[in-house]
Amino acid sequence: MTILSILAIFFLSLGLFFFFAGTVGILRLPDFYSRLHAAGKCDSLAAVLMIIGIALYNLEPYSFGALLVSAKLLLIAIFIFITSPTATHAITEAALVLGVKPWTRAGRKRS
Amino acid sequence: MIPSFFLTIAIGLTFLMALSLIRTVIGPTILDRILGGNIIGTKTTTLLLLIGLLYNDLGMFVDIALAYALLNFIATLAASKFFLRRLGVFMEDSEREEAS
Repeated sequence: MTILSILAIFFLSLGLFFFFAGTVGILRLPDFYSRLHAAGKCDSLAAVLMIIGIALYNLEPYSFGALLVSAKLLLIAIFIFITSPTATHAITEAALVLGVKPWTRAGRKRS
Repeated sequence: MIPSFFLTIAIGLTFLMALSLIRTVIGPTILDRILGGNIIGTKTTTLLLLIGLLYNDLGMFVDIALAYALLNFIATLAASKFFLRRLGVFMEDSEREEAS
C-alpha cells in the first residue's frame, strides 16, 4: 500500500460521494434551475476528483509511458472542467428563453 | 485489494447512473431529460477509465473516454440549441401547467 494508492482511494471515495450528492440533488430538488445547480456540482467537482485519483494511481510504476497516460488524463479533466459549465449555461439559456418558471414558496402555496 | 476497491467504485457508479435514469424518464420538461443524459454521460466517462484500470490497459481506454466526453458535450449543446430554435420544451399543455 503505497502513498499513491492511499491518495487514489481518498480521491475516488470523495468523487463517489459527490456523485451521490449530485444524483440525490437532481432527483429531489423542486425545479429545473436548482436541479442544474446539483448537476453542475456532479459534473465539474466529482468527475474531476475521480479522474485525478485515477491519474495518481496510474503513476505507480514511474515510467515515461505511465506519465504520458496520466498527462492525458489531466487533459480530460481540464476538458470536462471547461465544457461542463458551457453545457450548463446553454441549457439554462434555453430554459430561460422558453419560459420555465423558477420555484417560489408562494407558487407552492397557491397550488 | 485495490482492484476489488475499483470494482466497488464502478458498481456504485453504475447504481448512480440507474438513479439518474429516473430523472431522464420522468422529467417534466425536455430540458430535464437532456440534463439527466448529460449526467449519465459524465458518469460513463469516469466508468470507462475505471474499466481501463480493471483491465490493466488504461492507455487505450483514455482515448475512448476522451472521445466520449467530446461526444457528450456536443450532444448536450446541440440538443439545447435545437429546442431553443423549436420554441417548445413541454411535451403537452398539461405538463406546462404542472411545471410552472
